Amino acid sequence: MTKAKVRKSRAHEELGAPNTLWRDAGRRLLRHRLAMFGFCVLVVVFLMGIFGPAITPYDPNGMDFANRFAAPSLAHWMGTDDFGRDIFSRIILGARVSLQVGLVAVSVATILGTGLGLLAGYGRRVTDEVIMRAMDVLYSIPALLLAIAIVAALGKGINNAMIAIGLVYIPIFARIARAAVLGIRNEEFIIAARALGAGDLRILTWHVLPNVLSPIIVEITLSLAFAILAEAALSFFGLGTQPPDPSWGRMLAEGRDFFRQSGWMAFFPGLAILFTVMGFNFLGDGLRDALDPRLRR
Amino acid sequence: MNYQYIVQRLLSALVVVLGVTVVVFMIVQIVPGDPARVVLGPYANDEAVAGLRERLGLNRPIIEQYLSWLEALTRGDFGQSLLSSQEVAPQLWGRIGPSFELALASLLVGLAIAFPVGILSALKPGSGIDIAATIFSQIGVSIPSFWMGIMLVIIFSLNFSLLPPSGYTPITEDPADWFAHIILPAFTAGVVSASIMTRFIRSAMLDVLSANYVQTARAKGLGERAVVLRHALRNAMITIVTIIGLQINALFSGVVIVEVVFSWPGLGRLALNAVLERDYPLLQGTVLVVAVMFTMVNLLVDLLYFVLDPRIEYA
Repeated sequence: MTKAKVRKSRAHEELGAPNTLWRDAGRRLLRHRLAMFGFCVLVVVFLMGIFGPAITPYDPNGMDFANRFAAPSLAHWMGTDDFGRDIFSRIILGARVSLQVGLVAVSVATILGTGLGLLAGYGRRVTDEVIMRAMDVLYSIPALLLAIAIVAALGKGINNAMIAIGLVYIPIFARIARAAVLGIRNEEFIIAARALGAGDLRILTWHVLPNVLSPIIVEITLSLAFAILAEAALSFFGLGTQPPDPSWGRMLAEGRDFFRQSGWMAFFPGLAILFTVMGFNFLGDGLRDALDPRLRR
Repeated sequence: MNYQYIVQRLLSALVVVLGVTVVVFMIVQIVPGDPARVVLGPYANDEAVAGLRERLGLNRPIIEQYLSWLEALTRGDFGQSLLSSQEVAPQLWGRIGPSFELALASLLVGLAIAFPVGILSALKPGSGIDIAATIFSQIGVSIPSFWMGIMLVIIFSLNFSLLPPSGYTPITEDPADWFAHIILPAFTAGVVSASIMTRFIRSAMLDVLSANYVQTARAKGLGERAVVLRHALRNAMITIVTIIGLQINALFSGVVIVEVVFSWPGLGRLALNAVLERDYPLLQGTVLVVAVMFTMVNLLVDLLYFVLDPRIEYA
């Protein structure tokens, strides 16, 4: 290697090549076995969600009374339910509901929560106090109970379940974003941007937000896991997805009434929830390790 | 003890509780359309709807409604159930005991699993027990508690007939039967808490085990048991207590689900019944009581820091 090349390579090591943080994080993530396992599980779940109706072996809502409570077999891999509907087909379609609720709810929580957290951390002390006390109030009501109360007010159904779950997670994102902003608000690059005449909005969106993204990305992944669990719980209680649409939580509730005679009706939907939530948790943990190797414990 | 901090913390808890009353009050206000019509259904006649509006005080200005509701709360008056027309307060007080018993039992189960597993996996990182603990905590945190509850009932109640599948017996009536009934629900809610706490206990212990004073204790010739229990664990307790405090929110959420699965007559089941019956005063009362209990527990956890670490001073 020539001297010039060595010098350039050392300079790259010291100063860091463009996007090195994200590239390094990507490399670390690819080496994280559990995260990759979670990623593979999620690819399957997303494919089920995207291509759902096209790949189900039977009509998920098609009833077959001659085949009620059929045990798992080659014809019906996961058996049938009390209406003779194929459980495997319903689980495939249920993936769409879970992902839809999870993604919408977490998007609501991320946008509102991060926005409020940025304002609290960067704004005046009064703004900070008002926003964070409001977050304390929301956080002081157990998450699921608050979601149930919101659904009670807005009415049953998948759309209101999404809103309820999203609202419940706002304080978590607000706290994370605020903490991250407080850590960097007096850094030199922020002071420099201000000295160059940048306004608050520009500083927040161009300088602060990119620097607090890592913990927020990790939280998004982990919150997706909790949102899917919360949707399943709301549907289990009869407050989320309404019949005849399949949702894993609802299928579990239906299976509960028949678990003495056909345990598979509750077993397989539960397994689907477990694997999906585990997928998001593994990926979230992997992302945390990849984006901040100091936290690897 | 820093009394100024305690007063400050009490005031902040009071502000949170006041904020909670606003949120709980708003449950009825954000109902789309006329809450009285929603409660009575689309076929109710106008007189009945007007009567319910009057009974709920919905005809008055919103601020006046809130202040009179708040004033009634200070007298312990939570209003009347729309369904049974009975006072809400006695129904709430009757449910606090069973919910508290279940939450406490679940926390104890969680701690009984998390402490030994977390400490052992921190003592031998990378070992078989550490990997097993990691897998346990990942599964525990991902498992839907209502599903686990149903599976436990199938195994222990239906297949082996070892434990009752659901129900409740007051501890004062028959302690043995109470214990038999609480095992499955407490285990279901406790395992989820245990899986989260295990990770944090392991992490906190790893931090303190590499500290200089632990190495000094070992160099002095102290036995491993004394090093772990008297030096490492004691210093890790601040982090652990914080995590336990944070876990209480998740624990209360878990208890709500478990109460429904096991027909446990607690506040969670009462809240769900209130939602399904659109009994807003009952729902408001339940949410308020749970939120106040939760705030008080958090306050206690904060104050516990002084006991655990006398060096702590709050500005």
